[in-house]
Amino acid sequence: MAACSDHPNIECLTYSAVREVSGNAGDFTVTVAKRPRYINESLCTGCGECTEKCPGKVPDEFNLGLAKRKSIFFHFAQAVPRIPVIDPTACLMLTKGKCGVCQKKCGAGAIDFKQTEQLVKARVGTIVVATGFDIYDASLATEYGFGRIKNVLSSLQYERLISASGPSGGHLNKPSDGKPAHKIAYVLCVGSRDITSNNYCSALCCMYAAKDAMLAREHDAGSESFVFYTDTRCSGKGFWQYFEKARSEYGVNFIRGRVSRITEDHSGNPVMWYEDTKQRRAKTLTADMVILANAIVPAFGTDKLAAMLGIELDKFGFIATNSFSPTDTNRDGIFVAGCVGGPRDIAEAVAHASAAAARAAETVTREAAVPAIGNRG
Amino acid sequence: MSIQLQATKKQDPPDEETPRIGVFICHCGANIAGFVNVEEAAKYASSLPDVAFVQKNLYTCSETGLREIKTAIKEHKLNRVLVASCTPRTHEPLFKSTCQEAGLNRYLFELVNIREQCSWVHMQDPVRATEKAKQLIRMGVARVALLEPRQEITVEVTRKALVIGGGVAGISAALSIAASNIPVILVEREKELGGLLRDVNKLYPTLGAASELVDEHVKKLQKAPLIKVMTRAKVLNVSGFIGNYKVQIDSAGEQIEDTVGVIVVATGARIMIPNGMYGYDGKNVVMQTELERRLKDGSFSARSVVMIQCVGARVPEREYCSRICCMTAIKNAILIRETYPETEIFVVYRDIQTFGTLYEEDYRRARELGVGFLRYGLAKLPAVDEGGVTVYDELLGKNVRIPYELLVLSAPLVAPEGVTELSKMLKVPLDANGFYLEAHAKLRPVEFATDGVYLCGCARWPCDIGDAVYQGRGSAARALIPLRKGKVYAEPLYAEVNPNVCRDCRRCVESCPYSAITTVEETVHGYQRTVSKVNPVLCKGCGACSVLCPTGAIGMKHYDNTLIMAMIGKAF
Repeated sequence: MAACSDHPNIECLTYSAVREVSGNAGDFTVTVAKRPRYINESLCTGCGECTEKCPGKVPDEFNLGLAKRKSIFFHFAQAVPRIPVIDPTACLMLTKGKCGVCQKKCGAGAIDFKQTEQLVKARVGTIVVATGFDIYDASLATEYGFGRIKNVLSSLQYERLISASGPSGGHLNKPSDGKPAHKIAYVLCVGSRDITSNNYCSALCCMYAAKDAMLAREHDAGSESFVFYTDTRCSGKGFWQYFEKARSEYGVNFIRGRVSRITEDHSGNPVMWYEDTKQRRAKTLTADMVILANAIVPAFGTDKLAAMLGIELDKFGFIATNSFSPTDTNRDGIFVAGCVGGPRDIAEAVAHASAAAARAAETVTREAAVPAIGNRG
Repeated sequence: MSIQLQATKKQDPPDEETPRIGVFICHCGANIAGFVNVEEAAKYASSLPDVAFVQKNLYTCSETGLREIKTAIKEHKLNRVLVASCTPRTHEPLFKSTCQEAGLNRYLFELVNIREQCSWVHMQDPVRATEKAKQLIRMGVARVALLEPRQEITVEVTRKALVIGGGVAGISAALSIAASNIPVILVEREKELGGLLRDVNKLYPTLGAASELVDEHVKKLQKAPLIKVMTRAKVLNVSGFIGNYKVQIDSAGEQIEDTVGVIVVATGARIMIPNGMYGYDGKNVVMQTELERRLKDGSFSARSVVMIQCVGARVPEREYCSRICCMTAIKNAILIRETYPETEIFVVYRDIQTFGTLYEEDYRRARELGVGFLRYGLAKLPAVDEGGVTVYDELLGKNVRIPYELLVLSAPLVAPEGVTELSKMLKVPLDANGFYLEAHAKLRPVEFATDGVYLCGCARWPCDIGDAVYQGRGSAARALIPLRKGKVYAEPLYAEVNPNVCRDCRRCVESCPYSAITTVEETVHGYQRTVSKVNPVLCKGCGACSVLCPTGAIGMKHYDNTLIMAMIGKAF
């Protein structure tokens, strides 16, 4: 992120959304709406004093509701650019016209409650769509009790819990009572490989489940890890070895079988009902905490963006690409990078994005009427 | 050997000009000033030797703060600048540029971190946090006084690329580079282009003909006049470094020499021949490629087919999944069931790898078409006899014997011959399986740690066509950065060998992750000797060689012993 924002040829428009696209390969005109941060970006030094004194307290999106944030906040610690945002739905000044503590505290005079949305027009030769993915809302898989059973968490919530800079300082504490979880289960294919939700494989979950289970064991050597899987999908570089390490060195228990439902026992512990397909027996397992491997699904708004760009979606709602030219959309000059075209891990997304950059460079080299970079019309 | 801290008595600055150091201390709002007594630190800084000017800033990184630095450099004739603020990761480049704008060499700057290292970690003890800030400033002043001006290194890049390997990955890379109007030499070992695809019948998931895809790629090559294709060719020798590689190539007996700026490795893989496994004989027990050939020429006739997956893969001798074999088996099973509906097929597998959005439905479709799938484990491998395979099905919990007329073995992709030779020539590493090792498994997947050399396709890891295409283009994108710029810039922070002390043990050569060190013949005190030499363009200044050098012959520019000892001398 830092390298991107520092690059002399890259102009980052953060907290912004594309509103309109016209033109063709070689000469597109894009209208971007810059949402108001209520901060003067050129004055703000990113010191963060405003966020200290703000009296607001609302659920923190970055920590997926596991912590609270202020009404004026940084999205996360390493956010680029390091400029806070005021949440207009929570800020007392913007909702009720009183408070303004941040404005008083800001030594740089950067708070601007009167800021409004700005439309920016840019002429570009080519467009790369890299808007990523969302995770499947596990509450739709009602049998797993996500949102109902406190100690059933999503994979991303787990990432926040195990992060040293996360809401629990890296400790795997149960949301129900704040006590450490010793027995943790990971349920794969939640919303993936399932004709009732998404009939595809999310490609990343097997590997991160193995990683998550190993991290838990590193964090607490006395803990137990159980991974419920269908097939271990490990075709990337070094992946199978990684699995074997989880199994043999870390003692992670892999159970082949899909969990049919999760209930809660009287002490708030989730109970998994499943068939161990290798033992051909229906069983239950009670754990302190269950982590669901949510499917990778198209990001909210991908359909709208695709319509604006005039590009097609595949039957799952990801942007459709050619199997043998996986960065190309149906429109010349518009390319995709990363999970917007389907699930990909980091290494794949990086190489894929470089390929999209190569295709974009081909377009601007080919087209005679290349507008200067950053030339706003 | 004892380290003498007193030995660092003040030396004359190298440019024979008395240092006039300007110290700028940042409050960072209350981030620093809330815990570190900035006033006291500033007062202390003015008492230090060579300090000509001290200023406190509310935010040194703000427009105001930067302007104050520039004004002070001019008004107080400062020739060294020290900023005490936050982590160098955030603003060091900005401060260096500010010095440069004021006419000061950007390397006569030093930054000490009194936020992360003082105020933030010692919030509970402001007195000692202030003491530590003073210590860091004292050490920084000692260092900055001794710094020398340096110039960035610039190297011209020859605008030409060499792509080794004419499979789909290599062709994709060559086409992408040539599309930026840069000439490419594409070297292929075989007499025809297309690599592994030449042995494939139909492609998953489209079931289009592989030959059509190869033809399409070759046609594009023919339409690209900037690409010189050399078949039956071999790279004989490579020397030089990014921007200036001298390459020697043999093409069907004819030898050429050329200079290229970058090299893309796309040498692919080969399929392991399962000799001695499951009765492999090439007739009734064959590889997937032989099945493809029979399906293509119509000589396929079996009424019962069994396919065994992971033959020689995901085993202790070959600890990896070959990525493409499950889909190859499913594709061929679907083709057979559609064309020869009377033929029964069973796939004996361990885990089915139909990842992503494209393949899972094919797995489902194969089952709908009546393809049987039996799951085995490494503990009990299938046993093959004349006409039958006995499988311990993990899910049924019993042995099942399936008769076959044709047994098809799915063997993994392995590194091709010659990789060791080429990797030595290019000075790039291989992994334990003989695949090329990229610079970073996640963040730099299609380039090597050595600048100017890139990789893609099955040379890196088994991959399918879509993967090979985007990796080929991805490696081209990385290669196009120096090619399009026409220049490479390197920071002048590199290792330097003192030939008087070097005794040619070559530990530095082995330790260098960037292949920046070679040995050269040099005349030292009238004697011809072999000594190590560092290429300052390739060197990243990591210091690994310097640590290993048993005679202390290697010093790091900008971080040499004098500078470090000066700081240590002021630390206590």
